[in-house]
Amino acid sequence: MAEQTFHDKIEQNVPLLVILIVLVVAVGGLVEIVPLFFQRSVTEPVAGLNPYTPLQLEGRDVYIREGCYSCHSQMVRPFRAETERYGHYSVAGEYVYDHPFQWGSKRTGPDLARVGGRYSDEWHYLHLIQPRDVVPESNMPGYPWLAERELNSTMTPKKMAALRTVGVPYTDEQIDAASKQTKGKTEMDALIAYLQVLGTAVKTR
Amino acid sequence: MSDFTSEFWTWYISIITVVSILACGVFLWKLTTRKLAPGEKPGTMGHVWDENLEEYNNPLPNWWRWLFYITIVFSLIYLVLYPGLGSFSGTLGWSSVDQYEIEMAAADEQFGPIFAKYAAMEIPAVAADPQGLKIGENLYLNYCAQCHASDARGSRGFPNLTDNAWQYGGEPETIKLTLLNGRQGIMPPMAAALPGEGVKDVAHYVMSLSGMTHDNLRKTRGADLFQSNCAVCHGADGTGNKMLGAPNLTDDVWLYGRSESAIIETIVNGRNNVMPAWGEFLGEDKVHILSAYVWSLSNQ
Repeated sequence: MAEQTFHDKIEQNVPLLVILIVLVVAVGGLVEIVPLFFQRSVTEPVAGLNPYTPLQLEGRDVYIREGCYSCHSQMVRPFRAETERYGHYSVAGEYVYDHPFQWGSKRTGPDLARVGGRYSDEWHYLHLIQPRDVVPESNMPGYPWLAERELNSTMTPKKMAALRTVGVPYTDEQIDAASKQTKGKTEMDALIAYLQVLGTAVKTR
Repeated sequence: MSDFTSEFWTWYISIITVVSILACGVFLWKLTTRKLAPGEKPGTMGHVWDENLEEYNNPLPNWWRWLFYITIVFSLIYLVLYPGLGSFSGTLGWSSVDQYEIEMAAADEQFGPIFAKYAAMEIPAVAADPQGLKIGENLYLNYCAQCHASDARGSRGFPNLTDNAWQYGGEPETIKLTLLNGRQGIMPPMAAALPGEGVKDVAHYVMSLSGMTHDNLRKTRGADLFQSNCAVCHGADGTGNKMLGAPNLTDDVWLYGRSESAIIETIVNGRNNVMPAWGEFLGEDKVHILSAYVWSLSNQ
């Protein structure tokens, strides 16, 4: 039987087996992932989107370090139930300077994609120190140490230079001036600066 | 214009997708169509494990085989109806944005008349309407309670909305303006202008304005300092200025606490307080109803 011998051939020739398996497994990625790199809505920033300032960038790293993404998503889906609460649904062009993006997949707390400008800096400060001071039913942990820990400003230019290699358009002047902007700031300042810019590029409802 | 940088990608996606699906079908057909003749014994896979353990090469059961064919047919129909092959948008023309717009339009049709009804009413009239007030309360609990608390009594740094003491004015239209555009309250740090005992003296004068226990000597010394440094915003009599958002110091309502130390802290470091703007996010109709609820808190 022809297919039996073909079957035997594949089964007994390991390199051929490997090549065919890779081909079959790659189809999904070739069709679903590769074309994304050539799609304008995914690769180009939305109008009004700016790269993170040095302080916001450091705040983003605090956000990642503390694992905020474990409980907070950053992705408003196009459903009325979400846009009524959070604002305009998220679009791909808002995330082009995020490496990696913080979409998250779990909402123990609310979505944060459009939290920028929703509360005052003072509110964020009190809330991060002890969430139950402002939201009694909150089950979010407090992060009081953020207010005491100073940023390591020597790292900021290196982080920006690294991001530039993956396409974030920082200029040399911005990178040179970065340390000055993060020097003496606390991790709390940085995190609040980051939260206050989230989702502010897309203004319309 | 296609979202892709080149038409090539449409062909690339379409060909790989369709060929893969068809290949699955061909593969299935080639391997499973042969049926055993009556009485024929199935062959084995040709492997022997553990001395005598062998595996029959039986044809697949029909129900399983047909399920597989159905999934292939389903996928091909799906790819004709819905977007899946590059920039081809499918014969149904479905998109997630359209679906969202339809959902929003349906909601507008249902709720639009209600909002329009209240938008045409004066704010006190909305507040007098039980349904309007209930809508306002729901909006308040969703968007405002995080700062002003669910009982609207606020907390340190977040104004109490029930006490009829208003930094920017409590007229219905002023409340609406505050909600629409937000407010930026700035009290500058005054330590440099009040050297020596100046800060403490002014603090005691301020405490005297609302009848708090104070040091009389300090109060007398602070009175002049108040007139030259604080009266510009807070008024010569300390009753504040609603145009500037300068609080009334004589009413014994203290946003940052009723104590000498809190007052001194405010004078030394200043205060920066922000009420976020809600007009753009909520839209004027919702803010209108919300204003009615906030106004009702201190007017009923």
